[in-house]
Amino acid sequence: MIKLSMFQWVGLAIFFLGVFVIVPMMIVSTGRTDLFFTLTSVGLLAIASAGVWLTFYIGRINIGQGAFALLGAYVSAILVTKAGMSFWLSLPLAGLFAAFVAVLIGLPILRLRGVYFAMITLVLTQVFTLTALALPITNGAKGITSIPLPGAVSIFGLTLIPDFATLENPRQAFYFTTAILMVLTYAALYRIVNSRLGHLCRSMQQNEELASSIGVNISYIRILIFAISSFFGGIGGAMFGSIAQSVYPSSFQVADSVNFMLNCFLGGLGYVFGPMLGTLVLYFGWDLLFELGKYQMLVYSSLLIILMLFLPNGLLSLRMRKSGGQK
Amino acid sequence: MSALLEVRHVTKKFGGLIANNDISFDVKENEILSVIGPNGAGKSTLFKMISSFLPTTSGEVRYKGERISNLKPHVVARKGIVRTFQETTIFKSMTVRESIVVAQHLRAKASLAGYFWGSKTAHEDVESFGNYADDLIDFLGMAEIANEQASNLPQGNLRALGIAIGLATDPKVLLLDEPFAGMNHEETMRMVDLIRKVRDERGVTVLLVEHDMPAVMKISDRIVVLNFGEKIAEGTPLEIQNDERVIEAYLGSADDEIGM
Repeated sequence: MIKLSMFQWVGLAIFFLGVFVIVPMMIVSTGRTDLFFTLTSVGLLAIASAGVWLTFYIGRINIGQGAFALLGAYVSAILVTKAGMSFWLSLPLAGLFAAFVAVLIGLPILRLRGVYFAMITLVLTQVFTLTALALPITNGAKGITSIPLPGAVSIFGLTLIPDFATLENPRQAFYFTTAILMVLTYAALYRIVNSRLGHLCRSMQQNEELASSIGVNISYIRILIFAISSFFGGIGGAMFGSIAQSVYPSSFQVADSVNFMLNCFLGGLGYVFGPMLGTLVLYFGWDLLFELGKYQMLVYSSLLIILMLFLPNGLLSLRMRKSGGQK
Repeated sequence: MSALLEVRHVTKKFGGLIANNDISFDVKENEILSVIGPNGAGKSTLFKMISSFLPTTSGEVRYKGERISNLKPHVVARKGIVRTFQETTIFKSMTVRESIVVAQHLRAKASLAGYFWGSKTAHEDVESFGNYADDLIDFLGMAEIANEQASNLPQGNLRALGIAIGLATDPKVLLLDEPFAGMNHEETMRMVDLIRKVRDERGVTVLLVEHDMPAVMKISDRIVVLNFGEKIAEGTPLEIQNDERVIEAYLGSADDEIGM
């Protein structure tokens, strides 16, 4: 029902082959299983960044995704440790709870535009961190530790997902889980952008007054998008908590929120898969510059500035320019 | 003909400043009514109140007997009262066709979720939007620029694009904000013809706010004149031209505005 061009099918096939077959095989054959963990992190950050990208799509600079990732991590951790719930059930609940909180917060703050909205969201991460420090249920600065690994899921005695604790290599299992979640996230993002909701978002991004004059309920769409965005943040955060088996108030900080935003900028705000690429490049870019020691930050930030100056539409605009697909 | 749109005792105060004072008039079905007045007469404020972009201080606007003032703009648009803007308010990075397609969203039968999953109704919607957009582009004579990005269009076309976006919503009443501003004589006459055509062939009632006197005299069935926030006259173009208070109001202000 959803039509894709030949080029897109080939791209998709290569992507799936790479993520689900080639990369895991290479990691296993080289024995560098720590890379599973690294790539899982990239995948989860890309999921959270996808949410940030979506708020960009309605013309809002969101530097608060860390708050919702933290929220998701805590919700899942509390449900698993205190209520004894299965992680697989707590995962969507963490996303939904983050979306619910986003609606409450979004109602007053989404009226703001530009730098004012950005500033408020920047503060949000700090507020959530401080709240986590203060509340009894989050266990303050000590955080929630020894979260059990995701348990088994079985229907009628048929095991769909094995208990992660019994696995030889839970990192590999987390890698595949994350890869599937990331694919689902970006498929959803692609559909949103290329369906009516996306078109309405675009109209709002370009001119909210004109959008409301043609009957777009802009406050409803803004809330809806912010909720979806935070849902992704909550899912990413909950996964992180489960992998680390712990959540602290400092698990997600303002710097993380800023990074989510940078991932989107770097990959390209005009391209659905921009944040995925941006996350990958930014994450490994930082690590590659590790050798530079104390100059790491200097070189890293200079490179970012240069990239944004010469590629204001992100890395993916390079490919588009070559193929002449878009002006 | 009965009144389609009723403006009743509408008043707007900004602090101590009275922008509109107790203004009442009717817009009849299928007519072209212009609101004119010197700079600062309160035309734009009135225009925004009719489209619910500004709340009234007192008084109300009714459409088919139903109050439409002090609502949200999108609610009023959904009832079929759609405003246009001056040329800077467009979807800059959409093409003409894309703008027209997106403006039809109120006609959508499928839900947002239906679009997300690609339901059959959604596909039908998309097809009908495309057909309607092509019709409208033909109707407005915009075929050559249909795939141009809005930000690349010259001013005259932008005004037409604004009207196209408004028309795409399938309105009952179209509110035009200074459709002739900044146009030369030839462009103005083309726009006059276009607005007439919209009224005649699509049965859209038109209310416009304008400076350009010759165009207003040519296009309007009736005219409402504002000065210092008050309605000073209402009538046919001929009546207005011979109204002493109108002549006084205009001669008392910048002469070039009258342009006749």
